[in-house]
Amino acid sequence: MTQHSDSAVRDLLRIVIVGHVDHGKSTLVGRLLHDTNSLPLGKVEEIRAMSERRGMPFEYAFLMDALQAERDQGITIDTSQIWFKSGKRNYVIIDAPGHKEFLKNMITGAAQSDAALLIIDAVEGVREQSRRHGYLLHLLGIRQVAVAINKMDLVNYSEARFHEISREYRAYLTELGVQPTFILPVSAREGENIVSRSAAMPWYDGPSVVGALDSFVSEPLSSNLPLRLPVQDVYKFDERRLIAGRIESGRVSVGDEILFSPSNKTARVKSLEVWPATLAQPAQAVAGYSVALTLDEQIFVERGDTISHIANAPIETDVFRARLFWLGHEPLTTGKSYKLKLNTTETQVQVQKIEAVIDTGDLSSAPALQVERNQVAELVLRSRRMLALDAFNDKPATGRFVLVDEYDIAGGGIISMEGYADQRQLITQRSTNIVKLDQGISDEERARMNGHRGGVIWFTGLSGAGKSTLSMELERRLFANGYSVYVLDGDNIRFGLNANLGFSPEDRSENIRRVGEVAALFARAGMIALTAFISPYRSDRDRARAAMPERFHEIYVQADVQTCESRDPKGLYQKARRGEIRDFTGISAPYEEPENPGLVVDTAAHSIDECVEQLITYVEANFSLRTVGRKAG
Amino acid sequence: MNHLDQLENKSVYILREAFNRLDKIGMLWSLGKDSNVMIWLAKKAFLGQVPFPVVHVDTGKKFREMYEFRDRYVKEWGLTLIRETCPPIEEIDPSLPVAARSAARKTAGLKKVLDKEKFNGLIAGIRRDEQATRAKERVFSPRGQEGQWDFRDQPPEFWDQYKTDYPPGTHLRIHPLLHWTELDIWQYSLRENIPTISLYYAKDGKRYRSLGDEDITFPVASNASTIEDIIIELQTTNVSERSGRAMDHEAEDAFERLRADGYL
Repeated sequence: MTQHSDSAVRDLLRIVIVGHVDHGKSTLVGRLLHDTNSLPLGKVEEIRAMSERRGMPFEYAFLMDALQAERDQGITIDTSQIWFKSGKRNYVIIDAPGHKEFLKNMITGAAQSDAALLIIDAVEGVREQSRRHGYLLHLLGIRQVAVAINKMDLVNYSEARFHEISREYRAYLTELGVQPTFILPVSAREGENIVSRSAAMPWYDGPSVVGALDSFVSEPLSSNLPLRLPVQDVYKFDERRLIAGRIESGRVSVGDEILFSPSNKTARVKSLEVWPATLAQPAQAVAGYSVALTLDEQIFVERGDTISHIANAPIETDVFRARLFWLGHEPLTTGKSYKLKLNTTETQVQVQKIEAVIDTGDLSSAPALQVERNQVAELVLRSRRMLALDAFNDKPATGRFVLVDEYDIAGGGIISMEGYADQRQLITQRSTNIVKLDQGISDEERARMNGHRGGVIWFTGLSGAGKSTLSMELERRLFANGYSVYVLDGDNIRFGLNANLGFSPEDRSENIRRVGEVAALFARAGMIALTAFISPYRSDRDRARAAMPERFHEIYVQADVQTCESRDPKGLYQKARRGEIRDFTGISAPYEEPENPGLVVDTAAHSIDECVEQLITYVEANFSLRTVGRKAG
Repeated sequence: MNHLDQLENKSVYILREAFNRLDKIGMLWSLGKDSNVMIWLAKKAFLGQVPFPVVHVDTGKKFREMYEFRDRYVKEWGLTLIRETCPPIEEIDPSLPVAARSAARKTAGLKKVLDKEKFNGLIAGIRRDEQATRAKERVFSPRGQEGQWDFRDQPPEFWDQYKTDYPPGTHLRIHPLLHWTELDIWQYSLRENIPTISLYYAKDGKRYRSLGDEDITFPVASNASTIEDIIIELQTTNVSERSGRAMDHEAEDAFERLRADGYL
């Protein structure tokens, strides 16, 4: 029998056919298939019968327009794929609809291709979708583009008309920064310049369509870029713990030290596992391979982490710029949150700013408050947590994302970090071998200078219980009495230090951890820090206490939910009752009362003044050197 | 990376994505050449495991060889099999053409298994090159409450970001072989030494290119008696793969109607 090594398997190139509606995309596909003998037996007869049944002239479009609605209306609704082969290799032709309303299907088709053939009607010339499709090809990262000026038979194969259109379209592409690889004159209906050079256009000395396609290359060289391997899943089917994912760029070898971002853990690659077990395990894998690797140590890794080498790691940031095409039924608006899908990462992002909406016709841009379906825009997106990503221009596969609105993918975008910092260094604590140094000035010295000790008064209680009011009032009174005192207020801190935290339990814990550390620093500096945070979890408050164990006073500001809800100073209870705020303490999230508070202040039973008096007495008793002295004397 | 490696690695990515993103999935196993490749790819993806059940929607009218194959490889491949019997023909829409009505039993069987198992993802081995409406499919293709396919408004799908969010009560069909061709399947089966049913190989000048119910599936003229022969035949033939599947040819829109209603 014949040899069937892998070398018998032919190379495949995916070509998308795009262009304005009725410029002849489907006819060109039909012609390509027919003239390369790629049509199945009886297909032409079948199409002829369909055409006759509908009282139409012979329509090659019926080859790909398989849906009844497409045939009846003579339009392409959804993208389709069909195979053909040239002498050089196999092709998948991806037919993309030219109607504006089916742009999402055009993008679906185009994004899968290695190269594009953009069709322009010689009679109609450059039209709206000719430009938009050219723009989107560029945005999708398709760099190999041949422009076919079709229906040359209808302009008597006029060289002048060909040059006129090619000049106009070339100027548009140049402005985008795109160099079309070829611009060629063709007649799909007559089969001129499709498979072989046309005798009808002796003035043209470039390649035919097939010649142009054959000159494109099929595989991007992403294996030479830095390693990016987004973790897709972690399996533990047997004794092995397997980290699964596809290498988006670069290469990974057994023994490599790898970094997981944004968790910033490191480990070494122990093995690259394969099935069946009889196969030899590879020592290295390159871009395009879906791998399963094991590590030399058991660190916690999860889907969404990106594996890289330590040098050339991805950018870490919670804010980035994007150029986005929007396909959603609802417009994209400033302030709204969407689910971001970036490789295997999924997280909420908020539209911080719509910088401009771009007119793909003349490439002008204008400010806007929302982005309508099928528009292209430039945005700033902010995430609640740190992301590992790349700029699209450097590493396309890890520099693009989609946004999901409810259940649907509603847009796609490419990332630019222009004007924004890589925050990796700001958040990474990699220091080892660090030694804690004693402060030169003792607590006693500071206390003598201030006339009181430093410490933390930690208010806890429901929203609306009176924490902020009491702490501000207490601060004023203590300040007047000569105390060095400062309020750390929940909302205020969330505008600054903790602006990057949300209200999930994890984020609330982190919020409290940071406030605990900051309050302890104030206290060690000799001041009295008053903190006004709901701080609903006991274990969080215990951690805060651990940061300043000597003088940490937990004050329970007590008021029942009904009382707090009737006050509702920020309107939060109303929102929570309407379901607009999830995980709202007291309504849909727990509040764990203090087990052993230093003081309980009942704001339901007492007036603010009474409560403040109670607090003043408490602070004097615990912090004032004079009081302590008096007591001692 | 050659062409078969590219196909394999893309399919592995899709299978892993389905397994991670969806709570409850099953893989449809028609016992044909495509679904055997699909099981093989699952074992590649999950390093020897198939971590979800395989579902055989049984019309009761398959070839004897198919049942024998099933019973053997359930054991050899360590599969968890869910077998669902299709309802009798009398329960199926009588307005359908004869063969399509027979094929629609499978759609009904599929609905039964979806109801019973509460799958939110069903992995199916359809390919774009088989049939023109399948060429329009998505890799992650949403299905309505009744399993129906809304081909007029399919979700966008690009950059390997698939639709993995769906309203309650609906499910997704996942198509890890969508980008493969019939020739690819055979070349890969040869390379990987994947078992196939004997009906695909020519006996007395005839072989089956596509397997379905015994009464509505017909062999094509061929002398290809080995995988190597089949590969050579496919490189030169211009007879379509499903020419022996009667339900495709009864009316211009027969297959579209079947698919819109939830057929594969």
